[in-house]
Amino acid sequence: MPAHDVLIIGAGLAGQRAALAAAQEGASVGIMSKVHPVRSHSVAAAGGINAAISVDDDWRSHAYDTVKGSDFLGDQDAIEVMCSEAPHEVMHLEHMGVTFHRNEKGEMDLRAFGGASMKRTAYVADITGQALLHVLYEQLMKHHETVARYEEWFTTSLLMGEDGVCCGAIAREVRSGRMEAFTAKNVILACGGAGQAYKPTTNGLIVTGDGIAMAYRVGAPLMDMEMVQYHPTCLVETGILITEGARGEGAHLLNANGERFMEKSAPNKMELASRDVVSRAEQIEINEGRGVGPNGAGIFLDVTVVPRRRTLEALREIVNLGRDFAGVDITREPIMIRPGQHYIMGGVKTDVDGRTPIEGLYAAGEVACVSVHGGNRLGANSLLDTLIFGRRAGEHAAARAAGIGMPSVDVNAALRADGAMIDAIVARDREGRRVSEIKSELGETMNRQVAVFRDEQGLQSALETIGRLKEEAERAWIDDRGTVFNQDVLGAIELGFMIDCAEATVVAAIERKESRGAQFRTDYPEREDGEWLKHIDISLNGNGRAGGPQVSYSPVTITQWQPEERKY
Amino acid sequence: MAEAHDRPPEKFTLRLRRYDPESGGAPYWDEHTVELEPHRSVLEAVLQAKDRFDGSIGIRCSCRQAICGSCGVRVNGEPALACHTHLDAAKAGAREGVIEIEPMGNMPVIKDLIVDMDAVHWKKIQRVTPWLLAKQPVPEREYIVSKEAMVDVTQTMACIQCGACVSDCLAMEVDPGFIGPAALAKAYRFVGDPRDDEQFERLNDLAQDPQGIFDCTHCFKCVQACPKDVNPMGQIMRLRRIAIDDHHIVDQNNGERHEAAFTGLIKDNGILWEAELIPRSYGGNSWFGKFHPAAGKELLNSVPTAIKGLLRGKMTLTGILKPHKIPSADLKAVQSIYDKVESRPERYELNLYIAGEDEPVEESLDDPVAAGVTHEVGGSEAPPSGAQPTDFPPGANGPQEG
Repeated sequence: MPAHDVLIIGAGLAGQRAALAAAQEGASVGIMSKVHPVRSHSVAAAGGINAAISVDDDWRSHAYDTVKGSDFLGDQDAIEVMCSEAPHEVMHLEHMGVTFHRNEKGEMDLRAFGGASMKRTAYVADITGQALLHVLYEQLMKHHETVARYEEWFTTSLLMGEDGVCCGAIAREVRSGRMEAFTAKNVILACGGAGQAYKPTTNGLIVTGDGIAMAYRVGAPLMDMEMVQYHPTCLVETGILITEGARGEGAHLLNANGERFMEKSAPNKMELASRDVVSRAEQIEINEGRGVGPNGAGIFLDVTVVPRRRTLEALREIVNLGRDFAGVDITREPIMIRPGQHYIMGGVKTDVDGRTPIEGLYAAGEVACVSVHGGNRLGANSLLDTLIFGRRAGEHAAARAAGIGMPSVDVNAALRADGAMIDAIVARDREGRRVSEIKSELGETMNRQVAVFRDEQGLQSALETIGRLKEEAERAWIDDRGTVFNQDVLGAIELGFMIDCAEATVVAAIERKESRGAQFRTDYPEREDGEWLKHIDISLNGNGRAGGPQVSYSPVTITQWQPEERKY
Repeated sequence: MAEAHDRPPEKFTLRLRRYDPESGGAPYWDEHTVELEPHRSVLEAVLQAKDRFDGSIGIRCSCRQAICGSCGVRVNGEPALACHTHLDAAKAGAREGVIEIEPMGNMPVIKDLIVDMDAVHWKKIQRVTPWLLAKQPVPEREYIVSKEAMVDVTQTMACIQCGACVSDCLAMEVDPGFIGPAALAKAYRFVGDPRDDEQFERLNDLAQDPQGIFDCTHCFKCVQACPKDVNPMGQIMRLRRIAIDDHHIVDQNNGERHEAAFTGLIKDNGILWEAELIPRSYGGNSWFGKFHPAAGKELLNSVPTAIKGLLRGKMTLTGILKPHKIPSADLKAVQSIYDKVESRPERYELNLYIAGEDEPVEESLDDPVAAGVTHEVGGSEAPPSGAQPTDFPPGANGPQEG
């Protein structure tokens, strides 16, 4: 039975950074992922990573922009940690080998990004996430003696000791179907968000809320779950993301009349206002009949105003995406886009060291909510979040491991339970619905009723639908009865994870009776700091899934910036 | 180049190569008909079949936008990302209109369309010391390096490790030990990185390995297979050039002299003279090469092949004894290419990362970098001067040499 000081679940940027940090501190590390690490969805992050590295910049300016971007729901102590440590982290990555784009002087170049008061985004063309992820994986290969890799292992549940301490995980090797218990002094969840609960979404098919749901099921509270980011520029049909870097390089947004409509809602920042603001402005144009394309369901993103050579050099990936996925040469003509689900600000509640309220359990990256993004994340802050808090969680977990012994826990009951759960799914009769049908209905429901604009009626209806889907999922059937690469049965487990995430999202969205950040309630259109400047926590409170989600609150930490009206 | 994206859904028939390792049975074909708009991807078609008809179809996939590198397969026999191949294009290239989807080649199949990349691809990646061996001391801030150098290595950084090039590598098919296109492109990512301290050691290692940079046979398959324009073969050729020209590394496996024999013979005769190739490859690039002991041994070994060729009429005695001839005007034209290339003061490279487009970049004429011609990283640090980038069609979507 494998045993590690630190077991990391998920091998995107947060997980790999945590693994390297923990190993650096001398801990024995295992990192487990249901896909090969370089397939992790961090790979799709395009635009860049924010850090106040310019001599004219100050991390406090970055922090203020982030606080304002969060619509003052972000915890300022955590934001200060992230922004003040950002320059050092970015330099560390450069030294590791990331091929950051240079300026004429040979220094790192910086590009403009939404919600930022100056150019602060370091980048590698528009494949920044890929470059970071692959460079970190180079380091994992280099440190293969101190970091054990479990690639293509699917975690089914967290292992809990009788004292309520997290002490490992149960997982299934995808290739063989073998179940295995991993004991660990600490577990770090780093397995991303839950975008697949939406349809369409920019997120990959693997982004199914596994970590959020597993933590929730063992009693960890989820925070800010109502805050779901819609990215302003996604391809109309497929939902594929066009990087904010395009607007950072100067691209315009145009409605059917050819107007740069952003001047109505963000006269100063225009297209580079924060994402929630831009997505709402686009949705208003579409809703009021000024959209473009079939059914007026789109908006034009005009990249032709960017010099062509600059586009080819710095936005090469979206030139390819436009050509291959929309049949448009973006250097010659505008491309049709719309807002699309992209990121969840919420997640498992943690402190600045990645600790959840459950001892031995940490979380970092999109799975976690520190909360540095509050009501709305700024572009190019997510890569930073994964790396800063991945590293901090890795370091803290390694230090904690040094002071305690390996937990002695009877793993057999948990192993048997998860094995039986899988056997039961495989054996289900073909009576109910297919997993794929339920997943589809869940995604469409969320995208219709828990999107850019929300109201009580829509949210209640979504909650009702989710309740029904939850029951149907218990009986949903699959085709694959094998053990080797049975993706079908894993899909059924993922469906359960997504439903839990969706339910927490809707319950929190119903609870917050105001409009802030990504949550815009048409029935409560104002921000109400008096009552709602607080986090909403959702937990199972020890009642298990049957008891349903419980709501509580926690305060927002304010250090230097008092809430003020948000204008771009 | 905008396509009509408002066409209604059509029916597409997929023929999937299935393999269930648990059944004990052989691989078999499985057909499904799906309905999707023609510009949708082969991956979406496979997923529709999986969602609606048979959830046991095995395929790795995640991002659906050609960045995660999971869904490498063969479509109608050619390696591709399933998410990056349009249904209408796949159907146009299909026999009898049925789109054939198989697992990638050169790697063992685990199940259906899923191959064992660890056993082949990742093992080879690890062979090339795939991490930066940074120059010391590490600066407090970033390394100061040229913009061009970083853009240049970003082309290989853009490799998504999908394995399409490995799938189709002919050299690897013959010699499974060949380090191969993906791993050697990864090697260039460090060799070309001015922050790396071990350029010579890396190149020497890859040149001395009989399955290293000189094992590539210039077949262009990887160039064609790569969905991200990484141009693996071009990167291998650059590794060779830097090894030979900048570090004077002698290839123990004769690949370098073999290449010189090719270019020398064509310079002399305007066309290849096969019979003289072995002597020159082993004995040096002159007519006297055949008297070198190593050449004598190789020549002796090739006698049975030569006799077979003579008997079957594929070779003639005159062809063996005398070079083939082409009209003298043509010979002059060929030789003028050599003169032009060899008279260049420095070596220039096409950088497809910037100019991987189907038409010239407007600003290209007075700016070599804009034309996608970057200064070779291994050379001197001076910016390119006096370059005539128009010698290469700027933005040509072709390989760097061949």
